[in-house]
Amino acid sequence: MNTKITTLNKLPVNETGFIYDIQCSENVKRRLLDLGIVKNTCIKTILKSPSNGLKAFSIRGSLIAIRDEDSSSIKIYIK
Amino acid sequence: MGLTKSSMGNTLLNSNIKFNKNQNGFTIALAGNPNVGKSTIFNSLTGLHQHTGNWPGKTVSNATGHCSYKNTDFLLVDIPGTYSILSDSQEEEIARDYICFGNPDATVVVVDSTCLERNLNLVFQIMEITDNVIVCVNLLDEAKKKHIKIDLNLLSELLGVPVVGTIARKKKSLNNLLDTIYKVCNKDIIPKPKKVRYLPIIENKIDLLNSKLKELFNISPNLHRWISLKLLDDEQTIIKSIESHLNINLSNNVSINNIKSDIEEEFSHIDITKSNFKDIITSSIMQRAEQICDDVCTFENSNYSNRDRKIDKILTSKTFGIPIMILFLGIIFWITIVGANYPSQMLFSFFGFIQEHLLSFANYINCPPWLSDMLILGVFRTLTWIISVMLPPMAIFFPLFTFLEDLGYLPRIAFNMDGFFKKCCCSGKQMITMCMGFGCNAAGVVGCRIISSPRERLMAILTNSFVPCNGRFPFLITIATIFIAGSYTGFTGSIISTIAVLFVIILGIFMTLIISKILSKTILKGIPSSFVLELPPYRKPQFGKILVRSIFDRTLFVLGRAICVAAPAGLVIWIFANIGINGESLLNIIANFLNPFASLMGLDGYILTAFIFGIPANEIVLPIILMCYLGNGSLVSLDDTFAIGNILVQNGWTILTAINVMIFTCLHFPCTTTLLTIKKETGKWKWTFLSFIIPTICGIILCMFTTFVYNIFV
Ligand SMILES: Nc1nc2c(ncn2[C@@H]2O[C@H](COP(=O)(O)OP(=O)(O)OP(=O)(O)O)[C@@H](O)[C@H]2O)c(=O)[nH]1
Ligand SMILES: [Mg+2]
Repeated sequence: MNTKITTLNKLPVNETGFIYDIQCSENVKRRLLDLGIVKNTCIKTILKSPSNGLKAFSIRGSLIAIRDEDSSSIKIYIK
Repeated sequence: MGLTKSSMGNTLLNSNIKFNKNQNGFTIALAGNPNVGKSTIFNSLTGLHQHTGNWPGKTVSNATGHCSYKNTDFLLVDIPGTYSILSDSQEEEIARDYICFGNPDATVVVVDSTCLERNLNLVFQIMEITDNVIVCVNLLDEAKKKHIKIDLNLLSELLGVPVVGTIARKKKSLNNLLDTIYKVCNKDIIPKPKKVRYLPIIENKIDLLNSKLKELFNISPNLHRWISLKLLDDEQTIIKSIESHLNINLSNNVSINNIKSDIEEEFSHIDITKSNFKDIITSSIMQRAEQICDDVCTFENSNYSNRDRKIDKILTSKTFGIPIMILFLGIIFWITIVGANYPSQMLFSFFGFIQEHLLSFANYINCPPWLSDMLILGVFRTLTWIISVMLPPMAIFFPLFTFLEDLGYLPRIAFNMDGFFKKCCCSGKQMITMCMGFGCNAAGVVGCRIISSPRERLMAILTNSFVPCNGRFPFLITIATIFIAGSYTGFTGSIISTIAVLFVIILGIFMTLIISKILSKTILKGIPSSFVLELPPYRKPQFGKILVRSIFDRTLFVLGRAICVAAPAGLVIWIFANIGINGESLLNIIANFLNPFASLMGLDGYILTAFIFGIPANEIVLPIILMCYLGNGSLVSLDDTFAIGNILVQNGWTILTAINVMIFTCLHFPCTTTLLTIKKETGKWKWTFLSFIIPTICGIILCMFTTFVYNIFV
């Protein structure tokens, strides 16, 4: 199967990816784990903030806003 | 919006109920992810009115209340929402400490049925700590709307603990929950949690540490597994609180440390390191959660959140997102201004009428003039002015604002604005705390607990008073209505006043950003930290409840506070205005002293004096100004709000004065309660002092600036 590895901030709106690796700082990583964001979790970009710099993603049935700084250190793969 | 007696003011200062234990009954903790309806359940069961709102982080400190069932007394503890017990923000730490060490008789974990998978993460974590867990699957009505079906019996079987389905807004659905709580407490049901099994090697090491703990310390065996897990994880903050709460010493224990380093050595060969241990644990939990959800949930319609998505697309769109936000705020202000005008007038006339009669009555019973003056013109008049000015706008503004809050719009505001806050090195959640500041700055300051980075939290605390609270907001409205709109009446007038108020509020937001930026470059240096915020689904607000609660709470609150603060203040002011040296009243002396400085700011000495006297409570600023002016003039009673306008003009107010008063109302020192709350929240007088001085300096500079500009052009 064709898979492409990229970072979460580059996932366009309405596209779906899967978490591959979380390389954020300790605190952020813990927060993401708390939200159930682990390897292979399905994630979809939903909204972009009008003031730029953050996006909202649909994760396990809820909508979570994450700043680009953090989402750029989350690796995802797209099938 | 926090505005009952228990949620603001002085009571905030001693609201840290930590580890209450019910002496003659059972203690029940209500835990769960943020925004799943814990406080709603708590309110229904206890009949109390904890604030609920559709955004994560509404509850920031533990609250307790009683309820009884089958002649048994239950002490319920509503704890702040938390995603996990490895938490980092302060309100989550409060939650963690209670869940881990509060030792309740049963812990009810409330979960959101529309996103069960994630919620199970916390359930499993709590099941590591205690066996007496009851899972309450709430929001079943929303699940039904989204066509999600959950097999509760199967869920209970898979988890090994009792599971109850509820709809917190419907009181009837909670009977089952109470019954289960009762049975668990009385050991009629004994939960046997089926904990997550981690990798065999990890389980093996947990057992090893378990037996060591058993040997070394005399602590409840329930906790062994959990402590072992934390030792493996090497989570320092939690280990520290375990040590202090259980009074044991883990980190300096030689035999434990030996075992730990052996394990570390062994783990390193199989690629389990400190940094990926949590991933491995959480992955195991989430895998189990996924399996369970696959078994118990049936999704009949996978596009269940389409409607929310459509609304979100508009409310957070690039072009319309922010204008819509301002429009919403504007509409709320406009309705408040238009709606408050008439009742305000009525109250003024009504109280004026009563005052006349009181005076003649005092005369009739031969009451000494100084006494009747003091009580009627001092105490009674101040009191009634405050009620007339404050009550109507509040009774309209707060239900409207609560409506937006319940809808779920507040987190969207934070989402829309976060980009700007990030540029100023602070958190978008600050926007939420500012919204709470509209209700009461002290409540806003406490609400800052939702911001996890200590630096960003401090910035939010220091700038919270840039938002006019309920004590200042009606004052803004009054000035805008009677002065800025001036000769325009009717629709045009109301639009002009709305724009004026909106302008001041936006100025406040703007100043917040600027000051945050300056702070982050000077005394609070740092880079913006992470920002992770859940945007809850839109929910239909409970109109009836909002109306009843806000009007009822608000009316009582305003009246209560008016009596407590305004009456004595009225007395003091009256004394200052009537006692003096060499025939000049103390008030005049102070005002004259301040006058040169005040005129630089485009104000006058009386206005500045009023603001200084207003430190205990901002509500009394306008009455003091009026009292000062009336003391000099001939008018005694006010028939309506327009009479106020006339007095102000007679005393030399121009459009500049009005603008500057509005600016200074928004930007000046916070009230005593807020200051004390800041001291308590930050623990340092330094920050309290800064939070006093920063807005004041901003206000002074800005007023001087407008005066300067005005004097050039006029
Ligand atoms: N439709 C529906 N709405 C509910 C239900 N339970 C709670 N709500 C709403 O969900 C929102 C959140 O409720 P809260 O009780 O404040 O949630 P909480 O868990 O205390 O939240 P935090 O204090 O932030 O952790 C409120 O707007 C409630 O009215 C329910 O069963 N059905
Ligand atoms: Mg709550």
